[in-house]
Amino acid sequence: MKMSLSSFITNIFLCVLDYGMGNLRSVEKGFLKVGVNARVTDRPDVIEKADGIVLPGVGAFRDCMRELTNLDLTDAIVNAVKKGKPYLGICLGLQVLFSESEEFGRCRGLDIFRGKVVKFDFTSSLCPPLSMGELKGGVSNTPSTNQPPTPSHQPLKIPHMGWNEISIKNNNPLLAGISDRTYFYFVHSYYVVPEDSAVTAATTDYGTAFTSMIYRGNVFATQFHPEKSQDAGLKILENFGRIVDSFVRGR
Amino acid sequence: MLSKRIIPCLDVRDGRVVKGVNFQNLTDAGDPVENAKFYDEQGADELVFLDITASHEKRKIILDVVARTADDVFMPLTVGGGIKSLDDIRDLLNSGCDKVSVNTTAVHDPYFIKKASEKFGSQCIVVAVDAKRVREDMTYEPEEPWFCDNFLRDVRLDLSLVSRNSSLVTAISTHGGRKMRLIDAVKWARKMEELGAGEILLTSMDRDGTKDGYDIDLTRAISEAVSIPVIASGGVGTLEHLREGLVEGKADAALAASIFHYREYTIKEAKEYLRSKGVTVRL
Repeated sequence: MKMSLSSFITNIFLCVLDYGMGNLRSVEKGFLKVGVNARVTDRPDVIEKADGIVLPGVGAFRDCMRELTNLDLTDAIVNAVKKGKPYLGICLGLQVLFSESEEFGRCRGLDIFRGKVVKFDFTSSLCPPLSMGELKGGVSNTPSTNQPPTPSHQPLKIPHMGWNEISIKNNNPLLAGISDRTYFYFVHSYYVVPEDSAVTAATTDYGTAFTSMIYRGNVFATQFHPEKSQDAGLKILENFGRIVDSFVRGR
Repeated sequence: MLSKRIIPCLDVRDGRVVKGVNFQNLTDAGDPVENAKFYDEQGADELVFLDITASHEKRKIILDVVARTADDVFMPLTVGGGIKSLDDIRDLLNSGCDKVSVNTTAVHDPYFIKKASEKFGSQCIVVAVDAKRVREDMTYEPEEPWFCDNFLRDVRLDLSLVSRNSSLVTAISTHGGRKMRLIDAVKWARKMEELGAGEILLTSMDRDGTKDGYDIDLTRAISEAVSIPVIASGGVGTLEHLREGLVEGKADAALAASIFHYREYTIKEAKEYLRSKGVTVRL
């Protein structure tokens, strides 16, 4: 089931934000593969002109926010999102939507959603005598003690790396044609805990059921990497192209 | 639930796929991009290119191979072999590869892994651990200057264990298993994690090319010693070997070259077999 080029979305253009972190080429080529014009940029004025914004990236929350700030991109992103421009965040691009991260002490995010970014922590529930929970300052959302993630009592590996399924909580246009329990490619050590659980569009099980997709209005974000998730991932990119296309037509 | 990964590996020399036994008797066997597409269609979970290009002038060819692959194949790509500098890593990532696998450069300078993971993120730094069971008649390369470093010195191989016939003493090798290093493989893997490695690609150089199966005790020892994912490699001849590595060896991913390359099994057959044995795979 290979994608065919969808000529109907060639009139729009997306900006893929380049702030020096992550494999942007795959995101750009992925959109190209499904017939969507995507342009890599690090300029705030291009965000204003673009019909949709894509913020990819892997790595550290703090570095991401620092680079976005250095490039004067944070205000441009927040303003565009407030004006209703479709936004697709990938991995770090999902996490920075939230208020703050616990990575290396507290760090402020774009604060579009209330909530925080926390690290997977499998030590406290699996090895009670060696509990690290208190040392880490009371990280919430660790798996409960009566549900060990693995029967073998070997702690789960961090980063969460590889293919895992999503469980759809709130269907939305980004998931058009994607069925429940579809596999996507993940690589991350942190995950988001939204204050308002209604923004969670999908969850994924890794010791705990964490938020793997965010959806509210014009804001879409995935903890997984659609650009690395073969056909299912390309379908997500195509869907975002369609979302941007209908936004442009309705403008 | 996170699935176990099946990773076909393509050995690439001068831009062409080759496969040999213990890195000898190489035969030309095709275009890497076509092979990558073939594995993509079969549902491979990731791809590894092992670049064994010898001459420095031809090393840029792999960048073109990666770029042409990444134009068409949307799954994680790892490149190993010949990575000597942060610039080498940057060039590969910019070409469209997601992770790089480093062996010899880490042995010469373990802090290279720290620098690389700080610059590009742990998630893209894989340390290739090429390990060999230690025998009493082995000879070792001269000690690296960093053996006096307080943080690193405890990875030194304790040869007294070898003479006491400890059941599992493995040392690091470089240059395709030809050069032995006075480094304990399990301690080394742990140290690489501490320095920022995001994943370990563990190859048993005793088993590589033999089709006798992974070195299961070694794989389990490393998998249990680190909290980052481990890819088992070296020795796969049957589908049962894949299961052994993932279940008994506790590896997170199973890498194989020749059984897929010579079309003895498809990726799909491998995954169907694993699923029938209760292993979580993506089908």
